[in-house]
Amino acid sequence: MTDLKTEYKHGFVTSVETETIRKGLDEEVIRLISAKKNEPEWLLEYRLKAYRHWLTLEEPHWAKADYAPIDYNALYYYSAPKSVEEKPKSLDDLDPELLATFERLGIPLSEQKRISGVAIDAVFDSVSLGTTHKDVLEKAGVIFCSISEAVKTHPELVRKYLGTVVPHTDNFFAALNAAVFSDGSFCYIPRGVTCPLDLSTYFRINAKETGQFERTLLIADQGSFVNYLEGCTAPQRDENQLHAAVVELVALDDAEIRYSTVQNWYTGDREGRGGIYNFVTKRGKCVGRNSKISWTQVEAGSSITWKYPSCILQGENSVGAFYSVALTHDRMQADTGTKMIHIGKNTRSTIVSKGISTGKSVNSYRGLVKIMPTASGARNFSQCDSMLVGDRAGANTFPYIEVKNDSAVVEHEASTSRISEDQLFYLQSRGLSQEETISLLVNGFCKDVFKQLPLEFSVEAVKLIEMKLENSIG
Amino acid sequence: MLKVKNLHARIGDKEVLKGLNLEIKPGEVHAIMGPNGSGKSTLSKVLAGHPDYEVTSGSVDFEVDFQDRDLLTMAPDERARQGVFLAFQYPIEVPGVSNITFLRAAFNSVCRAQGVKEMGEEDFRKFVEQKAALVDLNPSFLERAVNEGFSGGEKKRNEILQMAVLSPRLAILDETDSGLDIDSLKVVAQGVNKLRNKNNAILLITHYQRLLDYIVPDHVHVLAGGRILQSGDKTLAQKLEQHGYDWLVKAGV
Repeated sequence: MTDLKTEYKHGFVTSVETETIRKGLDEEVIRLISAKKNEPEWLLEYRLKAYRHWLTLEEPHWAKADYAPIDYNALYYYSAPKSVEEKPKSLDDLDPELLATFERLGIPLSEQKRISGVAIDAVFDSVSLGTTHKDVLEKAGVIFCSISEAVKTHPELVRKYLGTVVPHTDNFFAALNAAVFSDGSFCYIPRGVTCPLDLSTYFRINAKETGQFERTLLIADQGSFVNYLEGCTAPQRDENQLHAAVVELVALDDAEIRYSTVQNWYTGDREGRGGIYNFVTKRGKCVGRNSKISWTQVEAGSSITWKYPSCILQGENSVGAFYSVALTHDRMQADTGTKMIHIGKNTRSTIVSKGISTGKSVNSYRGLVKIMPTASGARNFSQCDSMLVGDRAGANTFPYIEVKNDSAVVEHEASTSRISEDQLFYLQSRGLSQEETISLLVNGFCKDVFKQLPLEFSVEAVKLIEMKLENSIG
Repeated sequence: MLKVKNLHARIGDKEVLKGLNLEIKPGEVHAIMGPNGSGKSTLSKVLAGHPDYEVTSGSVDFEVDFQDRDLLTMAPDERARQGVFLAFQYPIEVPGVSNITFLRAAFNSVCRAQGVKEMGEEDFRKFVEQKAALVDLNPSFLERAVNEGFSGGEKKRNEILQMAVLSPRLAILDETDSGLDIDSLKVVAQGVNKLRNKNNAILLITHYQRLLDYIVPDHVHVLAGGRILQSGDKTLAQKLEQHGYDWLVKAGV
C-alpha cells in the first residue's frame, strides 16, 4: 500500500488587494482591529481583558501533536479585501474575483446561482462578505449575519451571550481568539421558530501568514430548531497557518441545534510542510429543559487538528451528541473528540467517533464524559472505532470518564481494525473496482456518522473521504 | 473456455506451480485433488489474480465472447466481471458492510460490464432472497455484515450465494467442503448442482472424495509438486480415496 497523494483542489490563491494590519500582536493592534470594525467600547474592553489574560498563559502541549513553536508576533491578525472596506450593498456587487473564488469552491453567492434551501454566510480571511437569502430569514424573524454586523444591529444579544459558553479564560487559544477575533457568523432563532432554511458559513483563508480567528455565536430560543453547516478551505502554502476559532452554541428550553462541519483545510504536503493548524474551541450549552445540541463533524483537512466540540448539559432532560469522522493521511495529526458534561437530571449523551489513519499520520480520539453529582439518571453511550490503512499509521483512544452520581449509566465501546490486502482482494474478486471497494468500506465504517449529516452535505462528505482514501490504496 | 499452459507461479521466493496444464470446456466440472502443499490453492488464487502470487511463465487463456483473452493481464475485478469466480477457502470478514449492499454492488458492477440493466433495490432483494433459498441461508443474513460472526458453514454457504447471484461462467471452489458437517456439505453441493448448466464450468479444489459424491465431476486431476500428475474420470477420485496419494506421488517422482 502506498501513501495518499495530496491532491488538494481548493489550494488556489485569490489575488485581491488587501487591507492588512501590521504583523504582530499588542494592545495597539487590538485597538486597530476594534477601530476597523467600529466596535463599541465594551467590546474593545472585552478584547483587551482577554489579551491581558492571554499574556499570562502558556501555550498548552498536552495534545498528541508535534509542531514547531508558533511565533505569535510573526502573524497578521487582520486581513480583508479592500473592495469590502465599504461594505457592498448586496452580494451581487462584490468584487468579481471574490465571487469567482466562492464559485470555484462550489459556493455560488450571486442572486441567480445561489443554492436554494441553504442560507450562506461567506467569510474571507477576516471579514464576512455577506449572507444569502436574507429576505426569507427576516420574514421568519431569524437573525443570520456576520458577528461584526450583529455587534452593531443586535448589541444586546451579542453582549448577553458572548463568552457565556466559552469564557475568555477557558484556554490559551480561546483567550487569543477573544482578543483578536475577526469575523464569523451570528445567528438567533426566535422562540418557537423552525428555521426555514439550513444556515451555513463557509470559511476561506486566503492571505499569507495570516491567522484566522473566527467567532461564531448561535442562539436557539425556546422551542426553536436550526440546522447549521460549516465548511472550510485554504490555499496550498508552504508555511503553516493558524486557525483558532471559537464557536458558542446556546439552546434554551425545548430548542434544538444541529451543527455540522466538513473541515477540509489544506493539510500540508506529503512531508508535512505547510498546512493549517486547526486549534478550535467549540462548545454548546443546553441551558434549557429538553434542549438538544448535536455536533457532527467530518475532519479531513489541516496539518494538525485539535478540537473537542462539547456539550454542557445543564437543563433537565437535555441531550448532547457528537458524531465524528476524522481522516488523517501523510503526516497529518489529529487529536479530536468531545466533552459531555452532565449537570442536569436525566441528561443523555451519545458519542460516535470514527477515525481513519493512513500514511504516517496519527489520529487520536480524546473524550471526557463527566457526570456531576446533580445529574441523577444521566446516561452516556460512547463508541470509538479506529481504522488503520497500511502499517505506518497510528491510532489512539483516550476516553476519560468521571462519574459523581451513582444513578448514572455510562457505556464505552472501542475497536481498532485494519483495511487488509485480503479484504481488498476479496471485494475486488467479486467485480468491484478499487473505487467501489473503498467506497463500500468507508461507507460501511462511517455510516453511523454520515447519516447524521443533511443530505447534500453528506454526499459532499462521502466524496471527500473517498477521494482522499482512493489514492492511499492499491 | 479456460486453457492453462505450462503455468509457473511463485509466492515470494517459493515456486509453487511448476508447469501446470489444464483445459476446461463449457458445461464441464473438473476436480483437482492433491496432498497439502501441492499447489491447489495457489492455482485458484493465480486464476483469480491475487497480487501476492507472481506468474513467472506460461499462459492462461479465458474465452470471452468467443475470443480467447489473456486472463493474466486482467485485474482481479475485471476477471470477475468477465465471469471468473473464486469461492474462498477462508472467506474474509468485512465489518460494517452489509451482505446485501455488497451483493448488490457486485451484481450491478458485473451487469454494467456485461451491458445488462442494473437492478433496483427492491427487485434485487427479491432476486437475492430466491438465491439465498438455494443454499438454505436465512434472509436475515442479508442484513448482517459480510461474513462477520458467521460460522464456518455459514461462510461457505455465503460464498455459494455470491456465486448464485453473480452466475459466473467459471466458478473455482477452493476447498468449499473443508470444515463442513455432512448436512451443510449436502446443502452446499445441492446449491452448486442447481447452478450447473451447459454454458458454465466448475473447478472443484478438494482434499477429499467426499464432496465428489455430491458434485459429480467429469474430470479428476491429481496435483502434486506443482504439476498435474494424472487425470482421469471420477473413478480416479475413488482410487485416491482407497490408496491415498502416496502411490501416485512416488510414481511421479
